[in-house]
Amino acid sequence: MSEAVVTTTPAVGAAKKDVSAVELFGLFLQIGITSFGGGVVAYLRNGLVRKKKWLDDTEFLELTSLSNTLPGLNATNMAILAGDRLKGTLGALLAMIGMCLPAFVFMTAAGIAYGANGDRPIVTAMLHGVAAAATGLIAATWFQIGKKTVKGFYDAFFILAAVVLINHFKLSVPVVLLSVGALAIFAYRPPSKAGAPKEDAHEWIRSLQ
Amino acid sequence: MDQIPAIARVFAYLSFLTIGGGMAAFPEMRNLVVDVHRWLTEAQLIHIYSVGQMSPGPNMMMVATIGERVSGIPGALVAALAFFVPTGILTFGVGRIWNRLASWPWRASIQRGLGPVAIGLAVAGLITFGKGAVTGWITLAVGLVVFFASLRTRINPALLILGGAAVGAVALR
Repeated sequence: MSEAVVTTTPAVGAAKKDVSAVELFGLFLQIGITSFGGGVVAYLRNGLVRKKKWLDDTEFLELTSLSNTLPGLNATNMAILAGDRLKGTLGALLAMIGMCLPAFVFMTAAGIAYGANGDRPIVTAMLHGVAAAATGLIAATWFQIGKKTVKGFYDAFFILAAVVLINHFKLSVPVVLLSVGALAIFAYRPPSKAGAPKEDAHEWIRSLQ
Repeated sequence: MDQIPAIARVFAYLSFLTIGGGMAAFPEMRNLVVDVHRWLTEAQLIHIYSVGQMSPGPNMMMVATIGERVSGIPGALVAALAFFVPTGILTFGVGRIWNRLASWPWRASIQRGLGPVAIGLAVAGLITFGKGAVTGWITLAVGLVVFFASLRTRINPALLILGGAAVGAVALR
């Protein structure tokens, strides 16, 4: 799973398998309805790789890695990338709609229900408990990601820099993204004659797969 | 209805900050939604964000809930489109050229460098969020139990969140 990542990949956007638009929309709609409690990527892998066999593991990981680097959520980025690979522009559009429509209905209804009941003490108390649970859940998710991806002093430094600049110095997220982000990319710059960076970025990307 | 253009601007802007996930955008979201536009109180925003964690599909569809609270169903629709369409088009475009960039040496550097930065942004968001959500011993206990339960067991996270609701109903009134 190293060199093969690059060499076996077909042209993106070219539909290479015989996947019908209806079937594609159906799978993403099904995931969009059933993926309660987050972890949409696991549902996508189960559907696209295990059940339907429309993508192999290498292709799936490659899409995940791109999806993580870009702005936007994993659930929707993955829908667009996988949809495009399987059925071109139409596929990307259908996958995106299938993924988002159930959540849109659910969360709009939640807004209406919140408007009608959000002031009741019992509802406020329950939501206070929900918020505490959500904090623990999100912390656990990022703890796992951190355990897998943080390798050494530089990573710890970039994480700390982002946290301190946002939470203590109240800098805005875009400012931190452009400054710390640019510095981090430079720290892992491609090797050159002038001086090699601290480590080969390719090694790290492979270690995640 | 007069808030519709502001909804479109705010959520399109926030969407581009979601590197690595929605939590990265939370500090800016709190600032814009609570302080600048006064659409929600901080407690309301935290409630709605938390309910979003239970939703199937993209958990940041909670932007539709905010839109609904501000301008009804049109507000929900505008918030969702503003949040998901512009970054969606970017992903579509980059996805098409990504393989052609395979030999571009900076491609790996960008992925490698943004990895820890995304974690930093998420942790910063989580601290902002946690300050509003963890307000005493009971909420701290709920957060810790859920943290360890989701690391050590394979229980569905939606159930853990419902458990938080049950504890809240009994102990936080």
